[in-house]
Amino acid sequence: MTLLEARGVSKHYGAFRALDDVSLTIGDGEFLAIVGQNGAGKTTLVNLLTGLLAPTRGAVYFKGRNIAGIGPVVLAGRGMARAFQLVQIFPQLTVGETIAVAVVARQGKQWRLFSSLSRDSGVAARVQEIAGRFGLHDRLQAPSRSLSQGEKKLLDVASAFALEPEVILLDEPTSGVSSSEKHGVMKTLIAAAESARVKAVILVEHDMDLVAAYARRVVALSEGRVLADLPPGPFFSDPLIIATVVGKRGVS
Amino acid sequence: MTSAPSALVKLSIASAFCALALVPLLAPPFYANLLITFFAYSIALLGLNLLFGYAGLLSFGHAMFLGVGAYGAAVVAGLWGVKPFEAAICAAAAAALVLAVPVGMLCVRFTGIFFGMLTLAFGMLAHAFLFKFYHLTGGDSGMRVPRMSILGMEFAAYNKVEFLAGPFYYYCLALLAVASLLMWRIVHSPFGLSLRSLRDNPQKAEYLGVRVRRFRLAAFCISAIYGAVGGSILALRSGLADPELVYWTHSGHLVFMTVLGGFSSFFGPIIGALAMTLLLDQLQSITQYWRFVLGAVLVAIVIFFPRGLAGIADDAMRAARTTDGGT
Repeated sequence: MTLLEARGVSKHYGAFRALDDVSLTIGDGEFLAIVGQNGAGKTTLVNLLTGLLAPTRGAVYFKGRNIAGIGPVVLAGRGMARAFQLVQIFPQLTVGETIAVAVVARQGKQWRLFSSLSRDSGVAARVQEIAGRFGLHDRLQAPSRSLSQGEKKLLDVASAFALEPEVILLDEPTSGVSSSEKHGVMKTLIAAAESARVKAVILVEHDMDLVAAYARRVVALSEGRVLADLPPGPFFSDPLIIATVVGKRGVS
Repeated sequence: MTSAPSALVKLSIASAFCALALVPLLAPPFYANLLITFFAYSIALLGLNLLFGYAGLLSFGHAMFLGVGAYGAAVVAGLWGVKPFEAAICAAAAAALVLAVPVGMLCVRFTGIFFGMLTLAFGMLAHAFLFKFYHLTGGDSGMRVPRMSILGMEFAAYNKVEFLAGPFYYYCLALLAVASLLMWRIVHSPFGLSLRSLRDNPQKAEYLGVRVRRFRLAAFCISAIYGAVGGSILALRSGLADPELVYWTHSGHLVFMTVLGGFSSFFGPIIGALAMTLLLDQLQSITQYWRFVLGAVLVAIVIFFPRGLAGIADDAMRAARTTDGGT
């Protein structure tokens, strides 16, 4: 089943064509990586796929509905979550509270003005469950700002998972994480996505090791167009694509 | 997050409440009368701090809503001749809401200094309106607020001072207790959590499904209602709805009290209101340069105790707990 579909989308900023006639279909059960050099149009594509921007031409459909410019709140309500490359946390909130922000939104309890949050067992149980999946269950009372960089990243993604999304978009989830930790972080994310029954994961990634190890489909952008849309095997065995996407260095 | 205050805090609140309840019995009426302004400011500041401490929006126009409360009471009791103070409070709260929705919708599009300046501008507009529309508002002489009944009782046997220092004092103390309880629930509710999330990181909050502007507007409206209730108390106490209540320096005064008490704590604004009320009374009787002293106090607080008096109290309580061996 098609979840997310871009039909001939272009995005122009004046004369500059950030994205030109890109079509992409993402279905149930996919784990897709979007790769490309800086300026290839990755960020623009992601902003279109998440309905933050409206395309100049073409349209993006999420579960059959046009999502041009719907904005983050509606997007979250329809079942798509997004985590950013730079860690986004609430510095003064605890780990538990951070996850609870999303849980409360998901359970439609945001506008309860006079009910006690700490006595809401429905929220507490979900927060526990999600924190457990990300190994944060014994840090619930810790202020978010006191976490290590890797933990902050996990918390950021954990709060996105707490929305129970069908599609989750992860923008370089291991950026700023040490190379010894990055596989651990990716494995945690994938396990969490599976247990949370997320239907599709879209990964924007520079790190070709991670793309080769985890993605089941690779979409390469170059100068605003789709250069390749292949499984990782054929993708990484094509020297021309690799040269364009990774640059002269090649892949180790 | 713990929603119940610690035993030590509970004990402090209970003793403060008892002490306040004893004031009219033990102290001269002057002090009871003075503390009514403390109750009024506390209620107004609980609202201001929902906006400032919890939603991260610093308003320099909050006095406008105290004015709505004061002039609301003047209209209800003075012009319409409606006696129950409860009617004045409800009318003032409703009027504050009617004003807060459009003003808030414009202001919450901005944050930081732009929000502050816009609220300041609206406050100045309100002051100009009250000052210039003499036939409606009495201009610089304001509007008289006659004595009203509370809980359906006139207390006709009491003179004004006895009424204020007796029944009205307890009435306002009870109002403060109810207002605090309601605000405590609001800040510890899912709504309160959503507010704190958008204060910390509005972009992230949006991606987690928080409609940032709507929540800011809701906080603005609640703070306006609290301001109006505080304003009605001030007006009934002084018997006058005065345009000076709405002047921008009065908004600054409200911010001053919040910072003095500590905006990062729930009880900070109440502590700030008490400290300011007592300090101002003492200073004004000692020196004509009281503004100078107040300015120096504010400088010292901001530099040395950015968490305000509540922060100092909090640190002291923590220290007491550690020397006890911890509980």
